[in-house]
Amino acid sequence: MDYAFQTRGLVKRFGPTVALAGIDLAARPGTVLAVLGPNGAGKTTAIRILATLLRPDAGEAMVGGLDVVRRAGEVRRLIGLTGQYASLDEDLTGRENLVLIARLLDLPRSRIASTADELLDRFGLSDHAGRRVSAYSGGMRRRLDLAASMVGDPRVIFLDEPTTGLDPGRREDLWRTIRSLAADGRSVLLTTQYLEEADALADDIVVIDEGHVIAMGTPAELKQSVGGGHAVVVRPADPAQTRVVTKVLMAAAGREPDRLAGGVVTVPVSGSRALTDVVLGLDAAGVDVAELSLRLPSLDEVYFALTGHHRTGDDGKETVE
Amino acid sequence: MNPWTPGARTARQIFALAGRNLTKVRRNPGLFLDTLFMPITFLLLFVYLFGGAVAGSSRDYLRYLFPGILVMTTVLAGLTATGLSINRDIKKGIFDRFRSLPIARSAPLLGSVLADSARYLVTLATLFVVSFLMGFRVETEVLAALAACGVAVVLGFALSWVTVLAGVAIKEEAIVQTIAFLGIFPLAFGTTMVAPAATMPGWLRAWIDVNPVTQAVEAVRGLLLGGPVAAPLTATLLWSAALLVVLLPASVAVYRRRV
Repeated sequence: MDYAFQTRGLVKRFGPTVALAGIDLAARPGTVLAVLGPNGAGKTTAIRILATLLRPDAGEAMVGGLDVVRRAGEVRRLIGLTGQYASLDEDLTGRENLVLIARLLDLPRSRIASTADELLDRFGLSDHAGRRVSAYSGGMRRRLDLAASMVGDPRVIFLDEPTTGLDPGRREDLWRTIRSLAADGRSVLLTTQYLEEADALADDIVVIDEGHVIAMGTPAELKQSVGGGHAVVVRPADPAQTRVVTKVLMAAAGREPDRLAGGVVTVPVSGSRALTDVVLGLDAAGVDVAELSLRLPSLDEVYFALTGHHRTGDDGKETVE
Repeated sequence: MNPWTPGARTARQIFALAGRNLTKVRRNPGLFLDTLFMPITFLLLFVYLFGGAVAGSSRDYLRYLFPGILVMTTVLAGLTATGLSINRDIKKGIFDRFRSLPIARSAPLLGSVLADSARYLVTLATLFVVSFLMGFRVETEVLAALAACGVAVVLGFALSWVTVLAGVAIKEEAIVQTIAFLGIFPLAFGTTMVAPAATMPGWLRAWIDVNPVTQAVEAVRGLLLGGPVAAPLTATLLWSAALLVVLLPASVAVYRRRV
């Protein structure tokens, strides 16, 4: 078995909508693969096919060398799934949710309670074990959902946008948890809308849009392709100077900057000189700067750099079922 | 490595999932009130408003009506509650979790229906108490009364698969609800529950004769008050078996394919 999971030419249509137009994914055992893309890109569809919840229309998907359609029963023994919407029972307590899954997975009676308690402890939920899930916060639900997918000790874990809707502090907590899963030698498929998240967690990143793979590589390679990893963001005090700022950024970065709303201009930069060049250039041009920052490019900027155009139809396209 | 045969494992999964449903019911006692509200309202309304006019006295009418109310209770609960709760479960994503686990495809559905059947027993017991207070007395023996409850639960269990099938096949809860309610009126009320068929028009009598709920009403009446039992009991059990044989595999097949 060369790959923990892989897909070849995976196609899925929902009526006239093409959710996946031939997707190739592959992850070596013990690595984290991030699938990065906007809403509606096909991320959830790909994960649902790999998790045996959907049948592909064409192409193939394998987990642990087993075809997910023909040998679905065996695949289910290898995988754990944490969906975009927490797959928990709201009326049960956190502990009861885990015990239910342990019973369904036929854990020996003697190990059901200890498994549930260990997972609650590991995911920082021991203090809330006896509370109903309906009283859990968003972050607690995500952690319980992760714990639930770990009950069967799966070798391959599918995480569909695990941090969407979490505040930044909680997100870092969850990142630590996800890293610890991969550190145990498990393989992880993670979907996300944030380059930052893919960068923080993944060994490899596949960028998909409208059912197509538009880029793939290690985080370093991908960031290189969008200019070395950072973006300079400049907002002049006087919006009329936006044009001047654009020229300065063009000269410093050697590529066309992107003008955003509110007079903000941004461009991916490479090399340690770029920021200095920008500051000197702005000073020489006599621009009064209201805001100047250096940050990781957003998904939107990655798309702009990869495709040369902005994404359209930002929201509301994700096909869940 | 695993001492359990596939059949025993499936049974364990079904019981684990039924336990989950019963815990939910225990935590939302309002669900019981839902299933009790209609039958108790009917008992009070029919017995005290019409009883005297229809049967000469409230007490005589209670004697006629109560067996039918028992059956109506499980039929209503089966047709409304079970499929709707499955429909809600599927939307909440917990069924995604179940479907991604290496468990029998039928287990979540059977678990839900089994738990609901257990719930009916509690509902029926409550109805016996209410009717006792109103003056109803079982005229046979305890075993026969228990058998009567069994008949009502078996038919409710079988009919609940109508809504389960609708619940797994249709996304919109409102449509499932409509289907359940469309089924309720002819099935639950087109029977000899409130009055003997002899007084009704011919077309209605024809329907009442084929309606499996009528057979169950007559069987329960016989079991509680004495009278012919064998023929309506056999008909009820055959109907229930036929419904299960068709609807159960169909529901599991649709659920398996549901995307």
